[in-house]
Amino acid sequence: MSDQSVLQFIEYSIIGIASGSIYVLAALGFVIIFKSSSVFNFAMGEMMMFGAYLFFMADQQLGLGWMAGLAAAFAGSAVLALAIERGLLRHLLGRPAVVLVMVTLGVGSIIRGVAALLWGPNVLQLSEILPRKPIFIGELLIPGKLAWGFVGVSLIAAGFVAYYRFSRAGLAIRATSSDQVTAEGLGINIRGVFSLTWILAGMLAAASGIIAGSVNGVTPQLGLVAFNVLAVVMLAGMTSVGGACIAGLLIGWMETLVGAYLGAAWQNFLPYLVVLLVMVVKPTGLFGENRIERI
Amino acid sequence: MASASTTLSAPASLGLRISPRVQLGLWLMLGLGLVFFPAFAGVYFVYMASLIAINIIATVGLNLTVGYAGLLSIGHSAFLGVGAYVSGLMWLHLGTPLLVNVAGGALAAFAVGLVFGIPALRIKGVYLAIATLAAQYSLYFIFQQWTSVTGGDRGLSLPRLDVFGMGETGFYYVAIAIMVALLVAARNLFHTRIGRAFIAVRERDYAAEVLGINVVRTKLLAFGLGAAFAGAAGALGAAFLRIVTPDQFTLLVSVFFLAAVVVGGRASILGSILGAVFMTLMPELLQYGLTAVGKGADLAGLIAPLREIIFGSLIIGFLLFEPRGLVGLVERAFGRTETFDSRPEG
Repeated sequence: MSDQSVLQFIEYSIIGIASGSIYVLAALGFVIIFKSSSVFNFAMGEMMMFGAYLFFMADQQLGLGWMAGLAAAFAGSAVLALAIERGLLRHLLGRPAVVLVMVTLGVGSIIRGVAALLWGPNVLQLSEILPRKPIFIGELLIPGKLAWGFVGVSLIAAGFVAYYRFSRAGLAIRATSSDQVTAEGLGINIRGVFSLTWILAGMLAAASGIIAGSVNGVTPQLGLVAFNVLAVVMLAGMTSVGGACIAGLLIGWMETLVGAYLGAAWQNFLPYLVVLLVMVVKPTGLFGENRIERI
Repeated sequence: MASASTTLSAPASLGLRISPRVQLGLWLMLGLGLVFFPAFAGVYFVYMASLIAINIIATVGLNLTVGYAGLLSIGHSAFLGVGAYVSGLMWLHLGTPLLVNVAGGALAAFAVGLVFGIPALRIKGVYLAIATLAAQYSLYFIFQQWTSVTGGDRGLSLPRLDVFGMGETGFYYVAIAIMVALLVAARNLFHTRIGRAFIAVRERDYAAEVLGINVVRTKLLAFGLGAAFAGAAGALGAAFLRIVTPDQFTLLVSVFFLAAVVVGGRASILGSILGAVFMTLMPELLQYGLTAVGKGADLAGLIAPLREIIFGSLIIGFLLFEPRGLVGLVERAFGRTETFDSRPEG
């Protein structure tokens, strides 16, 4: 390999890791819901997309500026998530996984339809909250939005992990995740925990959606692209918060490399190839607990 | 035989007390209605009827996997794709007749279904759902990228089919005949050991294993059979539309069939029929209703989003309020609720 191609490889790698950071937040949202209530939320991508649209609406359509946009996106996504949990999933507690999955697919379909009705099918550009100016490290050039997006994700993810590790609410979530019955017996309000995990997931989704949208724009189909997050969660092992962070970056890195060297079609396919491999080789994922039932 | 099977909730019997003679009469009338339908209905209705027949086949297949065996699949349309491509290629390169193509498509989809069912041996529930999602994207990728065989994004163009020298009407008869044959096969499957093993595995796989059912083989078979039905439907669809492209087999199409299963009624053949009819006609009715309401307004942009909203609402509404689907509603209308256990959830 010549110096030029090594340099290019490093550049692709940095871009890939930075774009993978978008997966991290959505994957964290998946993981905390799944851990606490065993609901696999197929509407996560649509929650991302909706958060990005709320940002667009408050920021540009209502002209309130990007800070109001962020506030609207976080508050609106939290309310939406709470509504899904209280309005639907609470009534379906204890029903088979088949039912829960189909309900979240239905929710995703509704959100997609509503977004398309309200904002139309075309790509909307979010206003640029991330500086555009590229960053140079020696001879390496990193697009500004990606770099600052990565910084933003790192801060949010670090804040979330700290909250999850050190706050009382985080402790309650972890207790509920490891043993619902005991947690209830110790006086933890596990229904409150379910609502809390959904609210947190909604806000993580909104953050991830806004960052993804400010790089590529927003369409009602953004949620479908976010199905790739499933691959991240599979690779991480469904229940691992730290694993979701590492797997998100890893998938983003591989995706960009594959896309750069083999073409865009391979880039879209790669996450699912990873899913298939993980399923066959190690269904618990890289960092998952060994609690998959096998028959 | 029939009464024994109702306790297992398997076949389509509505639980109504109708004497066998009346039942036979009803079936005969329905059969005659189907035979003479094209003579009275216009081209559009024959077209819709053929489409419904194809969708019924695919929905029954998915119901075998999801409803009866309890294995969630969100990659069903990919198996339709396998059937469509294989039958299309057989027709283009071998020139085989339609029935052989349909059988070939079904067999190929069966084989591919078995391959992607292998993850089902090791994993359950949502993990399996993700495996089927991976199947969906993998097969789509192959349809799109294997250009030398599948024609890539442009797909395969098939010659015009002329069954019995009757054109569209001839195809309608073939589709109806295949649909009826497959419906009878699916119904009878649940009078056999294999079909009942599906239900046993769905309800309690540990207990099924203790009873001597080979759970692994049963799950694989449930997966493969569902895919085979999809393959047959895909092959018929290819002959019907005369074009096969990757975009006919996306995730949204899989969700369409899942919606048909849920809306119609899980673990019910009649439910699959009702669900497929309802979901196929719904967009048409929506379009019709919208054009009637808002004349001249720009409606084209509304239809697709409204469809998605209605799909989602129907899935959620039925799961929350009538988990047995349209079949449950029909039974309730006839005043026979909960007389036998047909809750697919145990």
